[in-house]
Amino acid sequence: MGRAALLVLADGRFPAGGHAHSGGAEEAVKAGRITGAADLEAFCRGRLHTAGLVAAALAAAAAAGADPAGLDAAADARTPSPALRLTARRLGRQLTRAARATWPSPELDALAGTFPKGAHQPVVLGLTARAAGLGPEDAAYCAAYESVSGPATAVVRLLGLDPFEATAVLARLAPELDRVVDRATVAGTAVRTAGLDTLPAASAPLLEIGAEAHAAWPVRLFAS
Amino acid sequence: MGGVRAVARIGATADGRGGTALPVLESDGPLALRRTRAVGDEARVVLVGAMSGPLGGDRFAVEAEVGSGARLRVGSAAATIALPGQIKDAAHYDVRLDVADEGELHWLPEPLISARGSDLYVTTRADLGPGARLVLREEQVLGRVGEEPGRLTSRLVVRVGGRTVLDQELACGPGAPGGWDGPAVLAGHRAVGQLVVVRPEFATHPVGAQILGEHAALVPLAGPAALVSAVAPDGLRLRRVLDEALTVLHLR
Repeated sequence: MGRAALLVLADGRFPAGGHAHSGGAEEAVKAGRITGAADLEAFCRGRLHTAGLVAAALAAAAAAGADPAGLDAAADARTPSPALRLTARRLGRQLTRAARATWPSPELDALAGTFPKGAHQPVVLGLTARAAGLGPEDAAYCAAYESVSGPATAVVRLLGLDPFEATAVLARLAPELDRVVDRATVAGTAVRTAGLDTLPAASAPLLEIGAEAHAAWPVRLFAS
Repeated sequence: MGGVRAVARIGATADGRGGTALPVLESDGPLALRRTRAVGDEARVVLVGAMSGPLGGDRFAVEAEVGSGARLRVGSAAATIALPGQIKDAAHYDVRLDVADEGELHWLPEPLISARGSDLYVTTRADLGPGARLVLREEQVLGRVGEEPGRLTSRLVVRVGGRTVLDQELACGPGAPGGWDGPAVLAGHRAVGQLVVVRPEFATHPVGAQILGEHAALVPLAGPAALVSAVAPDGLRLRRVLDEALTVLHLR
């Protein structure tokens, strides 16, 4: 099917609730680890190669037709922070709702039935891509891009960073994003034959620890 | 190719009199195992590094198998230092832990120090029966004092009753994917550690998530396990926070 569906799915205005999340940037800003565009770039680069790579591989695997329940369990094992598991499931549930209305599919219906509280968002994203007639690489692109676009947009609001600078950060990361997507697509499409252990498990300790600290704040601008 | 190949093995079984026997205790080359005095029903083993290393091209492995009803504690005499070698290849260090139902393993080695110019892949896989218990500590120090780190890739996989409850890989040092030292991953910290605790009762009574100190958290995993994840400026301060976590979990 055509590429246009990819633009619809990857559009920041796609109504799946992602705008309410900073991908850990709010906590990093408060802790003084992000103070400007250079820090934002380093933050996004680290997130891309860890959480972004894992999410992209899960999405690619789901788009390639791997068992969603197995992928969801693999996502749990790769997400030690319960705050991040909860976030991933909430975002997954919101995406399921939006996706079923946009690209109705029996697979999305079955997923909603199996995971009434939501499956991990990258797994839903992969199945959504599949329902939209897109492939594993397209799904990986959506997931990898989301892993950096969310924090970049959030930091514009959190620090009053110039939006042009934030967008330039994303543009500079584009070649690395391509490489992460290549790796994620290879790993994700191998799951059906080689099993879940082929999925990457790259971790970012401060994202996990920071998510727990952030979840305990009484007042937050972003949900995560 | 080339480099040193070594596989050390430990086998612990219940001795039938309320204690733990060690029918297998195989040292190999640079990996020397010493049995130390048992404490109660728990057998104790210390891994003694008889040589420095691992160096580039080396392949070390340690395998421990704990049978049903056996209790084993394994420590090490000193930190392991990954060093560059004559051979340009990466070094590999594989740890394979199997704990049967009703068995218990405390795996508490000293830190791994990644020296400048080294390139090491560490893989730790723990496979536990559904009623097995585990305390596993992993500490990595990036560079000796004031030294740039080498490249270190470390994967930790814990399975309980065939289900993976934790799968984490950390890659850092020169040549690692970008951003490893940035605000999302380590932010300039030079010590990083994990403490995994598996207990069957966590399935029904999981630990509550808790922040420990400035950059450490105790969290319940999706399964009968808890994880403490910590970063610190140096190995000493990392140990302090992991020890504090052991106290919180009533393990010391």
